[in-house]
Amino acid sequence: MGRYILRRLAMAVPVLLGTTFIIYLAVYALPGDPIQALAGPGRVVSPSVAQVLRERHHLDDPLIVQYGFYLKGLLTGDMGVDFDGRPISEIVAAGWPVTFQLGVTAWLFEAVIGVLLGTLAGIRRGRAADLAVLGGTTLVMGVPFFVAAYVAQIVFGVNLGWLPASGTDAGWPLAYILPGLVLALYGLPQTARLTRTSVLENLHADHVDTAVAKGLPRRIVVARHIVRNSLIPVVSLLGVSLGYLLSGTVLIEGIFNLPGLGYQIFAAIPKHDGPVVVGIGSLLVLVFLLVNLIVDLLYGILDPRIRLR
Amino acid sequence: MLESLPGFDPAAPLLAVDDLHVEFGAARVVNGVGYAVEAGETLAILGESGSGKSVTARAIMGLVRPPRGRITAGAVRLRGVDLLRLPEESRRRLRATTVAMIFQDALSALNPVLPVGFQIAELFRVHRGLSRRQARARAVEVLDLVRIPAAAQRAGDYPHQFSGGMRQRVGIALAIALDPKVIIADEPTTALDVTVQAQIMRLLREIQREHGTALVLITHDMGVVADVADRVVVMYAGRVMEQAPAADVYARPAHPYTEALLGAIPRPHRRGRPLAVIPGAPPDPARPDPGCRFRQRCSYASEACEEAPEQVEIGPGRRTACHEWERVSGR
Amino acid sequence: MASLTPVSGSADLRRPLPALLRRPGFVISSVFAVLVCVITVVPQVFAGLFGHGDPRRCDLADSGLPPTPGHPFGFDIQGCDLYSNVVYGARSSVAIAVLVTAGVLVIAVVLGGLAGYFGGWVDAVVSRVMDVFFGFPALVGMIVILQTLSVHNEVTVSLVLILFGWAGLARVVRGSVLATVNSEYVAATRGIGASVPRILLRHVLPNSIGPALVLSGLNVGLVIASESALTFLGVGLQTPAISWGVQLNTAQQYFTTNPHLLIFPSLFLTVTVLSFVLLGDALRDAFDPRLRYIR
Repeated sequence: MGRYILRRLAMAVPVLLGTTFIIYLAVYALPGDPIQALAGPGRVVSPSVAQVLRERHHLDDPLIVQYGFYLKGLLTGDMGVDFDGRPISEIVAAGWPVTFQLGVTAWLFEAVIGVLLGTLAGIRRGRAADLAVLGGTTLVMGVPFFVAAYVAQIVFGVNLGWLPASGTDAGWPLAYILPGLVLALYGLPQTARLTRTSVLENLHADHVDTAVAKGLPRRIVVARHIVRNSLIPVVSLLGVSLGYLLSGTVLIEGIFNLPGLGYQIFAAIPKHDGPVVVGIGSLLVLVFLLVNLIVDLLYGILDPRIRLR
Repeated sequence: MLESLPGFDPAAPLLAVDDLHVEFGAARVVNGVGYAVEAGETLAILGESGSGKSVTARAIMGLVRPPRGRITAGAVRLRGVDLLRLPEESRRRLRATTVAMIFQDALSALNPVLPVGFQIAELFRVHRGLSRRQARARAVEVLDLVRIPAAAQRAGDYPHQFSGGMRQRVGIALAIALDPKVIIADEPTTALDVTVQAQIMRLLREIQREHGTALVLITHDMGVVADVADRVVVMYAGRVMEQAPAADVYARPAHPYTEALLGAIPRPHRRGRPLAVIPGAPPDPARPDPGCRFRQRCSYASEACEEAPEQVEIGPGRRTACHEWERVSGR
Repeated sequence: MASLTPVSGSADLRRPLPALLRRPGFVISSVFAVLVCVITVVPQVFAGLFGHGDPRRCDLADSGLPPTPGHPFGFDIQGCDLYSNVVYGARSSVAIAVLVTAGVLVIAVVLGGLAGYFGGWVDAVVSRVMDVFFGFPALVGMIVILQTLSVHNEVTVSLVLILFGWAGLARVVRGSVLATVNSEYVAATRGIGASVPRILLRHVLPNSIGPALVLSGLNVGLVIASESALTFLGVGLQTPAISWGVQLNTAQQYFTTNPHLLIFPSLFLTVTVLSFVLLGDALRDAFDPRLRYIR
């Protein structure tokens, strides 16, 4: 296990460098004035502000040195200030609890509902429940999810009034149920379908016959010898989808007015507040990498064949 | 446990399959198979692929289930208790405690993501109600019994960390853990190297002798049959062709198919001469045929064979399903 | 993720057509998909069905008015006819979908093919670069890059979508090329002295292009949805471009008072995305069921 962790960590480093370098290149090294890019098109930058920005972003140093400063700032939490002079680290500190709660809520919805539906469909292959899951997931895949967000907000939040339509005043979990559900729709079809296929593959595996021949009760056969084995690829998908949930927070937090990290990006775009978009965007990339790393390590625990290879 | 179930009769055979019929969709893969085995006895079920020998075994274990397969008629009795008429819960309790099975490919038969010790311990926890720790200790004992070196350490290993032979020992450990009265071994050595095959067969023999277990050994290896079997059932196209004490079958086969099988064994004194093969291919199980299923490939076939032959008793413990058995055995 | 990658795949592009035509899902979704494409080519025909049909002829006096005769979808905030705007909105969506799908396909086949065929350091480099792009949480990378660009038109939005979209397909192509290259029949072709270009064109490409095409078909709907999401957020196409994303972006401020501004563009967007997703689904089922559970 130790070697597996080390190897996985070694794999994460070039990806971390690669992703941050791409962002860095796009923002600071593309042809054009990086000050203007940071400030946003059309905004007039006074010479004194430009000078402050140049110094803050080390724009007079060689490219690789500049990148080093950017990476160091990102890793130490020093991501500069927004246009109003507020440190971005402060914005992040205020926003991350909201994003964390939203992400975890949505992820739980996706994992629990997806696995349950997928298992149900797999075990009842070809029957009504299976067809309903297949049809429903296709439908969900075809609805752009910010459209789904508005529909949910208007129907359940405004018209029916079942759940808070916006803001975090109601606190967790109430305020997060509706946005969490809509966000979960993003990865739900894939989770349910992958679980279904995986259950189908395992349903008639030889080791399931062994489990039956061992005289194990049906529920143990299903839970321990079919579903547990089926979850291995699903865990990997759920890990990846956590990242997609993160990017979905930009839309969902914006629409549902939840003051998290995604909302900050959502609100910064019309203001052309470059430092906020780039800083928080980079941070979300880091979180995504970290989450994937953790999921891969969990995967190693779940599937001994991977860990020991 | 068996004693309290309906139909129990201490005088009845330990395991008796009677007129069993199994269908997979339109294919009738088992058509009236019957055989019996007593405690301490080794019964070899001999036949080529698709003869229905494995399906019969799986039917005994309750592994033939809709929608894939259906048992349409017959009985599987343990000391008179018909398993096919038992409620699923009672049947489940008999699995592994009274009848256990060893599968052909231990790699796929073991759950790849659970340690082997855990998979054996499950048996003690479910059937004996032991605690996690007690069950684990018993699992190590069983692994020791099948002669896995350093059993206590290896109990935590996963199936893919074992060699083929060691893995099949784990498969045997699963089957013998609860000391069942009958063990069904479905080609337990087919997936193994020849040298390992001999070790595994020796192990099976020893365990059987020590515990007085009945062993149903499914195989297509005539050599294994000659070494270990007390009696032989020869199957073809879902039917029993001949059953007899092992020595008799080799000395004087009473069915053309048995004779052909024996003729297809390479033997040293026939070196240099072409190996006998059985012409043609087995019949399509989906196509009903009122006649003898072997007649298209049979050198003894006569007009009588257009009608399926009944099994006839031709000697002590000997039965054959052939109209022409007298010509075959040369009497 | 290994279990999500097909080991190999080849699609017979002739045989399944009659079977496809018997599937109602395929027929309905392809009718809608074709309709959207026709609208893209000749929007004026459809825009003119009611009213004047000119999306740029606006009168602020009509700002935000609900549907009236001649203007079945009502008016937007600038007082332009919403119906003709929604019809013309299909253009940018489809244009971007076409550009992105073609671009992704070309890059994925070239890079994935090279990595799979030559292996060694070529494969190592391409695979590491793919890993980097898998390291981005989808939209976030696009948002950051688009935010810094000064030009936001169909081409730049497409380029960014391609930049973050090629890696997934390239991995599939690499996998299927790898499987083909290691197959016995390619070894046999090498054995009789066939040249590298010949092996690539006659054996490797035909076997890998099938799954790549099917998967790109499947992605068309997702490309349209992503574009509209980016535009909706304000980093994609900008006004005065006519696009569903732009319309929805404007509508979000007014949706409580003027819900029709939100309803009609989302309806068109949803039907378009859904029909392309269903179409891709049907094609994949027909051509290569093994690909069913990727994504």
